[in-house]
Amino acid sequence: MSDAFLAGLSDDLLFATVLLYALAMLGFAGEQASRRSHRISETSLAAATARQATAARTRVMAGAGGPAVPEPAPLAVPSAQRSSRAGRAGLALTVLGAVLHLGSVLARGFAANRVPWGNMYEFSSAVALSVVVIFLVLLLGRRVDRGLGAFLMVPVVLYLGLAGTVLYTEAGPLVPALDSYWIKIHVFAAVLSSGAFLLSGILALLYLLRSRHDAQVAAGSSPRFPLSMGSALPGAAALDRVTYAVIAFAFPIWTFAIIAGAIWAESAWGRYWGWDPKETWSFITWVLYAGYLHARATAGWKGTKSAWIAVAAAGALIIDYYVVNIFVVGFHSYA
Amino acid sequence: MTVTSDRDAVRLSTAPEPVAPRPERRQSLTAPLRRTWRQLTSMRTALLLLFLLALASVPGSFLPQRGLNPVAVQQYFVDHPTLAPLLDRVYAFDVFAAPWFAAVYLLLFVSLVGCLSLRVRLHAKALVSPPPAVPRVLARMPESARWESDVAPEQAIEQIRSVLRRGRWRVARTDLALSAEKGYLRETGNLLFHISLVALLIGIALGGLLGFQGTVLVKEGDGFANTVLAYDDIKPGRRFDADGLVPFSFVLDDFQGTYADDGKALTFLAKLRWSGEDGGEPQPYDLRVNHPLVVGGAKTYLLGHGYAPRVRIVDVEGNVLEQTVACLPQGPTFLSTCTIKVPDAAGEQLAFEGVFTPTTVQDPETALVTSVYPAPDHPALTVLGYRGDLGLDSGTPASVYNLEDRSGLVPIGDGKTPQKLLPGQTWDLPGGGSLTFVETTEWATFQVTQDPGKQLALIAGVGMVLGLCLSLFVRRRRLWVRLSTPGGNHPSGRTVVEVAGLARSGSDAFTAEFAGLSDRLRQLAPPRPADAAPTTEEDR
Ligand code: HEM
Repeated sequence: MSDAFLAGLSDDLLFATVLLYALAMLGFAGEQASRRSHRISETSLAAATARQATAARTRVMAGAGGPAVPEPAPLAVPSAQRSSRAGRAGLALTVLGAVLHLGSVLARGFAANRVPWGNMYEFSSAVALSVVVIFLVLLLGRRVDRGLGAFLMVPVVLYLGLAGTVLYTEAGPLVPALDSYWIKIHVFAAVLSSGAFLLSGILALLYLLRSRHDAQVAAGSSPRFPLSMGSALPGAAALDRVTYAVIAFAFPIWTFAIIAGAIWAESAWGRYWGWDPKETWSFITWVLYAGYLHARATAGWKGTKSAWIAVAAAGALIIDYYVVNIFVVGFHSYA
Repeated sequence: MTVTSDRDAVRLSTAPEPVAPRPERRQSLTAPLRRTWRQLTSMRTALLLLFLLALASVPGSFLPQRGLNPVAVQQYFVDHPTLAPLLDRVYAFDVFAAPWFAAVYLLLFVSLVGCLSLRVRLHAKALVSPPPAVPRVLARMPESARWESDVAPEQAIEQIRSVLRRGRWRVARTDLALSAEKGYLRETGNLLFHISLVALLIGIALGGLLGFQGTVLVKEGDGFANTVLAYDDIKPGRRFDADGLVPFSFVLDDFQGTYADDGKALTFLAKLRWSGEDGGEPQPYDLRVNHPLVVGGAKTYLLGHGYAPRVRIVDVEGNVLEQTVACLPQGPTFLSTCTIKVPDAAGEQLAFEGVFTPTTVQDPETALVTSVYPAPDHPALTVLGYRGDLGLDSGTPASVYNLEDRSGLVPIGDGKTPQKLLPGQTWDLPGGGSLTFVETTEWATFQVTQDPGKQLALIAGVGMVLGLCLSLFVRRRRLWVRLSTPGGNHPSGRTVVEVAGLARSGSDAFTAEFAGLSDRLRQLAPPRPADAAPTTEEDR
């Protein structure tokens, strides 16, 4: 197969991937929506029973001999089935999308005869793949609820869409400084941990949304959009736990990525650390995640404050990749 | 068995406890000092210092830094004449060498060392002492179970103990109770990480104090010997000793660059012959990017390259003078500026100024030349000439790369129409003499570094990653078992079995592990039929 053919194939696969992810998002959202309307029908049902006029109807629906309290189960069955079918479709589309996504990344690598992360476009695509794969691993390990997919696929689709348009670069060879086996190790570790960090950033934001939603509910007010979405999310404690698990997974890998980068810099430029803007922001990101891990062990910093640190750290990561690459000139601006 | 309180029993980390402002009973002179020390080594302070460190690094990435790009700093002074000196006063262009940056990391360092010395002692003690005693109320633990059994307590407790031992728990027994603990490697790993962090800082400091970095430009055919004077630019560490330079030398035989069709660089290769201290037979070495030449503790890197046209000048008396002139590249297509000074020309001194273009294109109307590709496919040297006094005797050191003092120079010809020369072509100068562009050669810049802290830093890096993995993936957990015989210890009496557990992290995984363990214990001490449904938690 010719390089041009492979490069074209990679682009087509990415296009299909974005499409599949978008459909998956609809599937997940469909499951959420029907669950929500189901929940709403439950509550309106409860409200209805409070009124005597509907008491008889309730009893009919609950079945003969059933308890006087409304029993939502018969109502729920069809919608629950429908909703879980939408959710399962979402999951299947995500898996299929991830397979095509992997194909796109690999085809890129074969087209250019090198590792498929030599410029910002390729890097972004690989990071997005890492986000999706880690999410799927969490799903399969039953660490997170499938419903999160709806919230997660939105940023993933936007991110891939932007990468495929704004950052798009033709397949081509690497500049000499990037041609080393350390780049494979360094960038692979960076891609993997960045995917996990971005995922944890989204999870932390969802945690913040959920806990604010819960606080409002506890205070007796009914949350308005966007806080109202909180009811569709897993519980705050579960979100907090999975955020930590993802960061704890990524932090050693990120540390390793920085060290591998230092080893590479030493062999390419003669110094292992030089406070190049890229290095500086990797360091800032690292320090902020270390801060997150400390905060979780520090009285008074657990919960919301830790979550904000996770969000800030993900922000630093984004600055590291995009603001620094595009606006600040350093040794690393190769894209 | 050591006496431990219930509070100790649930502490699974050597993390310093929050500093509570407690009233000082005895007003001694050292009290405020001790309080300050406790504050400094607290987790909260470490956290704040970490954030401060992150914040302090930010300006270093957005403002040009002297250590990285001195030219950009000069440009910043030109662009912001009022702001730049103010920023300079607060070390904004040397952020990572600034006293305030050092203050933050030194405080963190002190806090880290202080905190570590305490934590290492605590952990060492935990490693040699038995797991903490069984808390009074087991049902209050995150995981707990309780049932009644007919089993003989003495026999059951020994069986349970050996099961736990086989599961690699560390177990201590007191009467009819067991305390067990597992996963000490978590804390060990955490301490390894923090100690490695200290070692890394020491390694960096060693490099900064005793290290050396120098850069030198070498033309094809020329040699270099590693002495301080041979360098164009050096950055010695604060305590660097010139005698510490590794003695070696090399000759640059050939430099080769290859480029893609769009002009992007593909490969660079500098063919060297080098010899070490013994001065033996020179050995060939192909120096590439990412493949430095290593001689003892010195590493030589390929840093940059450019063109050095060779020219022959004939002066008015017919003397032939040859020069190889290093031209400075101005962009990706390697249009390079050249300055040729001929101080030894008979009669008046000569000078030429112009550009070297490796792949030359000339605009037919304006006659301007430019380069469209970095390889020397169609090289040309385009210059203006001058005669007169180069001003080299004035005593101020002159740059070889430009004509600083033009006051004594008169243009040759009209001084406006540059002369374009292809390889082999000669310009016969009006007024006598000539300039010939003989051929194109290249130069390369090399960086030589010595960093005695590098090994330590690398080992520390490995220790950090290893320590982190242990610290984040090993789960530390405790398990307690207590058998009691409320009806007195006679053969027909019932035995109450209480089990409780506590994990430092990964509570989901521990819930499953605890369920498995208590199932295993139920096999060893089967619940009485009446009590078959296990009661958990609710019972007090
Ligand atoms: C004075 C300085 C420091 C103190 C007092 C300190 C203290 C601690 C303590 C007690 C823990 C264990 C927390 C736990 O059991 O969960 C810990 C964990 C950790 N520390 Fe530090 N540390 C300090 C500095 C640093 C620095 C400078 C870094 C790196 C930037 C760092 C990175 C970490 C990491 C990654 C963990 C793992 C957190 C976890 O176990 O979840 N520490 N630190």
